[in-house]
Amino acid sequence: MLNLGVALADNKHLTLTGSSTVAPLAMEIAKRYESQHPGVRIDVQMGGSSRGINDTRMGLAGIGMVSRALKPTEQDLTSFLIAMDGIGIILHKSNVVSALSDAQIIDIYTGKINNWQQLGAADLAITVVNKAEGRSTLELFLQYFTLKNSQIKAQVVIGENQQGIKTVAGNPGAIGYVSIGTAEYEQALGTPIKLLPMAGHAATVESVAKGDYPLSRQLNLVVSTEPVGLLKNFITFAQSTAVKDLIAAQFFVAPVNDGIKSNAIGE
Amino acid sequence: MFNNSTHNQIDRRLNVLLLILASATALLLALIILFLLNESWPFFANRWRDGSWLQLFYGQSWYPLEGQFGMAPMILSSLAVTVGAVVLALPLGLGSAIFLQFYAPPRWAQSFRLLLNVLAGIPSVVFGLWGLTRLVPLITSWQPPGASLLAAILVLTLMILPTIALTSASALTSVPRELLAGSMALGLRRNTQILHIILPAASAGISSGVLLATARALGETLAVLMVAGNVVQNPSGLFEPVRVLTANIALEMAYAMGDHRASLFASGLLLTVLVWLLSWFAHRVSKGAKQYG
Repeated sequence: MLNLGVALADNKHLTLTGSSTVAPLAMEIAKRYESQHPGVRIDVQMGGSSRGINDTRMGLAGIGMVSRALKPTEQDLTSFLIAMDGIGIILHKSNVVSALSDAQIIDIYTGKINNWQQLGAADLAITVVNKAEGRSTLELFLQYFTLKNSQIKAQVVIGENQQGIKTVAGNPGAIGYVSIGTAEYEQALGTPIKLLPMAGHAATVESVAKGDYPLSRQLNLVVSTEPVGLLKNFITFAQSTAVKDLIAAQFFVAPVNDGIKSNAIGE
Repeated sequence: MFNNSTHNQIDRRLNVLLLILASATALLLALIILFLLNESWPFFANRWRDGSWLQLFYGQSWYPLEGQFGMAPMILSSLAVTVGAVVLALPLGLGSAIFLQFYAPPRWAQSFRLLLNVLAGIPSVVFGLWGLTRLVPLITSWQPPGASLLAAILVLTLMILPTIALTSASALTSVPRELLAGSMALGLRRNTQILHIILPAASAGISSGVLLATARALGETLAVLMVAGNVVQNPSGLFEPVRVLTANIALEMAYAMGDHRASLFASGLLLTVLVWLLSWFAHRVSKGAKQYG
């Protein structure tokens, strides 16, 4: 806590707090930045997007990490997009269902549809795979379908993306939702899963990068003042091509420049 | 050589050293309990204020983000998974130990013991991965969703089996030779010797091994999290998914804030109390067994 006071005071220390979705990526970026700039110390702390917003406003952190777009009430802050995160519905590869409407997905997750036969596929019980409470993926999913977690009738509750993919791959009747990047990666390795399009948009990394895909969100760095010095350098670095591999390794998507409204330094 | 007074001096020094080490252990334990109490205190205080703290023990709904903190289904599931695994692993482990000690040819016994040691050393995540990619799909093809109470019990059985087998084997070894010699002199059969002389004499050691295995089953997290399905509901059938207390902490801690976070520490405290009750109970049982023997 003591070093927070000096976080903004000099060009050698920087503190980031906020979203636990962004934090692992920010840590990797910070590590690389530190190795290229000896003497600089960057401290990354989690605590959720709202902590990122609060700490930045109060001056407790130089940069806040926020895993969504800024709300209208947060226009006193400036956000810098560093990556996109998309969530895709996955089924077992052997399932003949190739698309589901939003309404059908809601019916499946609330238990109104519980057999694939009701959707024109084989007579097989649906295994609903849900995320554990508090996970940001779950929050985004609930928000998009305007559901409450207590309405969902799940048969399996998972933590990590990998666990979700292994669960669906081992169960021909399962339906789940995971990070699109992870799912594409596993598909390429031959894991028997398939990604469904969402509201007519293909669930691909490109679609997420362009901002077309509906169930996606921005991963932002936010600041309260015009960034200068270390702050400015770090944000420029985080938005540069030098960290593309880190973004990919975390199964996030590097944003493409057209079509997404967020700030970039120097534009 | 040492005279008597140097012996006493060495003893005294050793005594002081051991006292310090033992106090350090006790202090560490006390600090852990204090930490758990401190972290879960705000949660208990809030529940106490609005009169809903008993709901922890009978509430059925666990939706922390909607303010519902019922832990009853997870407490019951933890107990069901543990009891199931011990019930399966006890006869298997005890049978293995008796075979190892009395029936196996020496060379077999050696390799069987090695196998048990290897099994005991496999990290729990490996068991979990095997369960998730092999066992769960197998159960799924029979009775979906596959991730279930049964899968958790089977994986845990495998994990605690070597603990029970190895501790039972060493308990059997430590039975006084005179007892065995006496029973042989009486011309008793092998199985009578084992069932009526050796096993009762070793029962205290065996039951402490079972306690160790039970505590491991109750505290095991990762493997159970990967195969149990983690749906918060009372254990109503072998093929139904369940969530145990430890898996709950592991699933939600990384993202929990405020009351949600404190509630997870509260469930950790609850788990600690459960293990205490269990060891107290086992202590009583083994004491009774000793008197009987």
